[in-house]
This record gives sequence, structure tokens and C-alpha cells, in this order.
Amino acid sequence: MSRFIDLFKGMLGAAPKKPEKVAEKVQQIMLLKYEDKDRYIKEKLHARDHHVVSHKWRNRRWAVLLAVNLLFVVSFWLDIQILEGSLTASRFVGFHLIDLNSALQVMLAHKHIIVNLVIGTFTVFLLWVLLGGRSFCSWVCPYHLLAEWAEALHLKLVEKKIVTDHEFHRATRTVFWLLFSLLAIITGYTVFETLSPTGILSRALIYGPGLALGWIALLLLFEIFYSRRAWCRYICPIGLTYGVVGSVSPTRVSYHVEHCFHEGDCRKVCLVPHVLEVTIKGRASDEVMGLGPDCTRCGLCIDVCPSGALRYEVKGLSKLL
Amino acid sequence: MNAPADPPKKPAKPAVSLEKAQKARRKFLHSVGLAGGVIGLSLLGYVPVVNARHTRLRPPGALDENDFLSSCIKCGQCVQVCPVQAIKLGDIDDGFGLGVPHIDSRQQACDFSCDAVQCILACPTGALTYEKPGFLNVREGAKLAAAPILKAKAKDAESTLNLKERTGLARLVRPEACLAMQGKGFKGQARGSAFGGKMRFMEVDRWKPIPLRDHPYDLELCDLCVRECPIGNAIELRPVKDAAGVVRMTPVVLEPCVGCGVCEMVCPVEPTAIAVEAQALWKA
Repeated sequence: MSRFIDLFKGMLGAAPKKPEKVAEKVQQIMLLKYEDKDRYIKEKLHARDHHVVSHKWRNRRWAVLLAVNLLFVVSFWLDIQILEGSLTASRFVGFHLIDLNSALQVMLAHKHIIVNLVIGTFTVFLLWVLLGGRSFCSWVCPYHLLAEWAEALHLKLVEKKIVTDHEFHRATRTVFWLLFSLLAIITGYTVFETLSPTGILSRALIYGPGLALGWIALLLLFEIFYSRRAWCRYICPIGLTYGVVGSVSPTRVSYHVEHCFHEGDCRKVCLVPHVLEVTIKGRASDEVMGLGPDCTRCGLCIDVCPSGALRYEVKGLSKLL
Repeated sequence: MNAPADPPKKPAKPAVSLEKAQKARRKFLHSVGLAGGVIGLSLLGYVPVVNARHTRLRPPGALDENDFLSSCIKCGQCVQVCPVQAIKLGDIDDGFGLGVPHIDSRQQACDFSCDAVQCILACPTGALTYEKPGFLNVREGAKLAAAPILKAKAKDAESTLNLKERTGLARLVRPEACLAMQGKGFKGQARGSAFGGKMRFMEVDRWKPIPLRDHPYDLELCDLCVRECPIGNAIELRPVKDAAGVVRMTPVVLEPCVGCGVCEMVCPVEPTAIAVEAQALWKA
């Protein structure tokens, strides 16, 4: 329970804690790992040599992301009515689906909730509880994909020392979440939706482009030249809303300390590297640990890990099977 | 927790920590700046709302403007179900109206060719609704005296539309340009051959609206706004004495007008002689 709270606090912006107590089994594992230094280095190099650089999960994820967004587009353009609407609210073969953050904004601004809104919100809530909360971000959100490409560019420029990354405090996102909620209540308008790149992009894909894409371009430029993944890391309240949902999700990425060489490749590719601090030597307290609610379940760390220490897992299912 | 009690160490702060503290301070200030900047930007959404509050014509069944903006979830499901594609979504220059549906009647009016007001049925949040929740105020002059009769359904068992309020009101904005008032007829395509707007004509096909240009007219006296008005008794051509004392046949808008905008779309003069004023109220 205390780890659950620590992870939740970590999502809100607190720095990850070092474990107070390390399980005996983990202590043994660590002892064994470093007992023979030569063997350890040999094993490490062996793992590196045999690691086939793969983009398996990234490719699957991009395919899903494109498929979902295209399904919206073709449903309208070909009038096949499978997934009508856009990412803020839609109907899947007639069933209401409503984005949790958009629903929250509307409820706070309008202060009146109708049945369809509740049904749609609850359906989506259940869906993402099962699928892992922030997996919405990396597997569905169209801005995430653009931001990934912008990030690649940013990292190239950083490598060439043309730009430097400017980090903000992670708690800024929590402040944004509160401010946008307050603004909705006070002004009576869904203020956040005016800036939400998720909504803007989804509508642009389905209903055609507009001036609002200029805002998306500005955001991407900011991320390329100033701050890596700034919107998703420090601003987007949608991410935090889904993160809260994902905190109780059985679908997660789990860390197996036994297989880890503590080299930190995973933290370099991660959107939310604080969830991977557990992979630092001496930070793991249990043999298998979930990465926590802020993890978007994107799988970049799984792809990059040379030793298979990070895996997708559905809690409870592995025991059943 | 239960580490051996060392002699109390002076927490001597090394130079590194000072630098760290400065870094943290800078990061904090940057974060405050980011928050201020983004929130400031988001509040720019107010500007168009304040400037242009009463200009957009909303789809049928829309709540009053402020309630409409707050309850719309900006999904565009109303856009998708409209058989004549009358509904468009606002862009970022609409501020808080970004992604919110509106109708540009001159380009494509709502002619109720769906019969059941599909956009209302599609709306997931009740921003478009048949039944306004009790706590919301109904403006005097927005309330319709009776359920509007849809001419196309005149022969059906249920001939009315389930609408309780108007979204606007038609008005003869340029009487000097009105063909009927000049005693002129009209021959040809109402809006020319390049106009893409569609309409349903019961005598052509009840369920398939056709381009207006495919339905030319030949009229002794132009009465397009009256002839094509989809609502019963909402407008009529009447002899009216003008300022100079000359009696002219004049289109007169009546109480059942719901503000759909068909008269504005079909008016053959450029710019239109009759137009819908969004959110206008009926004054007896």
C-alpha cells in the first residue's frame, strides 16, 4: 500500500524514494549478481551481443494508434458508422464512449450531467482501468505520435549540441490539472479543450484541418527546440486523469530485477523516466515490481532492454494461466 | 529509521548543494512561467467569445449560447449525422467555441430533411436537446408558442417537430433588394450553377436531398423564401404599405419561425435580402 501511495505521489510530481526495506530474495539476487565481477561483465556483454535491436512494441503501438484514428476517419468519410464522433466523445457501433478528461471538463463547466454522459464516461473508465490508464496516451492519442517524431528530432539536435533540453518540475502537470478544473468551474467554459492537441488533432483528421493546427505546430516547435516532450510531461491534464485511472489497472509493465544489468538504457528512451528509477542499482525492493500509474505502457523500454528485465504483464492473469 | 545514534552531525552544506538549490529554484521559476504562459494562452479563448457572442447560428435544440459552449464536448457527432452537412465546427479563432458546431445558413441551411432532428439525437452531452433541464432559464421570445409543423410531415400522423425554442429568427435585412417587393419574378437556379447547397424536395425524393442548382424555378413573382420554408406558417407574402405609401408584396416573418435559415440559403439576390439572426428573440 505504501508503495502504491509513493507511486501515486510520484505521478503528481514527488521525487521517487529509495526503498526502506529490500526483500531478502532481492538482496540475495544482488549479492549473486555482483559476486563475480568478471562473470557479471561477461554476462552483460553476452546479453548485449545477442540483443536484436527491435521495434516490435513501438511498431505494434503505432499500428494500433493509426488504426484507431483511421477508424474514426473512415467511419465518417465512408459513412460506415462503426466509430462515430472524435476522441473527445464517440459512439462505437452505437455505444457511447466519452473521454474521461473531456467529460470532467464538461461536468465541471456545465454543472449538469445527463445519462448518456454518465454511460459513456463509465464505459471508457472501465475500458482504461482494464487496459492500463495512460496506455490511452501512447496507444491512442494522435499528439503522442507527432510528439514522438518531434522528440526524435530534438534528441538529434541535442546530440549535435545545437539545442539543450530544459526540464520543468513534474508537479507542474498537477498544477495544470487543478487550474484547468478550477477554470472550468469558475468560467463555465471548457477552457482546456481550446488548447487540447488531442481534441484538435482528432477533429482535424476527421473533419478537416483548420487554423488550430498552428497551435499544434507551435507546441511541436517548443518541444523540438526547447523542452523534450514538454506537453505530455509537464502540461497535459488528460495524461494525469488517465494516470489516476491506471493506478488500479492490472495491465502494466513490470520490472524483474534478476535480469537487470542496471545500465539505464530504458530511462533514456522513456517519456516518464521517474517510473524507471526502480531500475537503478539498489532501488528495487521486490523481485517483480510494476512501474506505477504514470507509465504510459508504450513499451519503448521493453524494446530497448537487452536482458528482458522489463515485460508487459496483466496482473493476476499470469497466475491463472 | 533505527540507525545507530551518531553524534549529531552538522549538516554542513557543500558547494554542490548550493548549485543544486539554484538549479531547483530556476526549474521552479521556469515551471511557474510555463504554467502562467499556457493558462494565459488558454484564456485568450475569451476574446472571441466576448466579441462575437451573438453571431453564430447553432444547430436546432441548442442550449443558450453560454450553456451551449460549456456543455458541448466538441466531438462532432452532430456533424456526422446531418444529411445535408449543414453543421460545421468552430476553429481556434472562435476561442472557447473551438470545435463547437454552428450553421452558416447562406452556404448550407438546416432544412430538417432528417425529419427527427438527428443532431439532437446524436448529442452525447445534452448541449443539443429536446428537453432543457429545469434549472436552465428559457428566454422570453425564444420559446415557441406551439410545436412547429414540418411541412414535409404535414401528411404524417405526427406532423410537428419536437422543438421548444428557436435558435434564431429570419429578418428581411435588405428590403430594397427583395425581388417580391419590386414586383419581380424569378427564373433559373436560385443561387446559380456553382452553388453546392442541398435541399430536400418532397416531390423529388423525401429521403434524398438534391443540390439546389438541380431544381430551377420559373416564378411570376419571386416567393422562394415563402415557398421553400420548411416550417408551417412561419413566413408569408403579404401586401404591405411601405414608407412612401406604396403597397408591395412583402415577405413577413411570423411567430412559428425557428431560425433554420432556409430562406437565407434560397434568396436569389446577392447579398441576401433575408437572413437569419442567430439567437434573436420574437417580439410580438
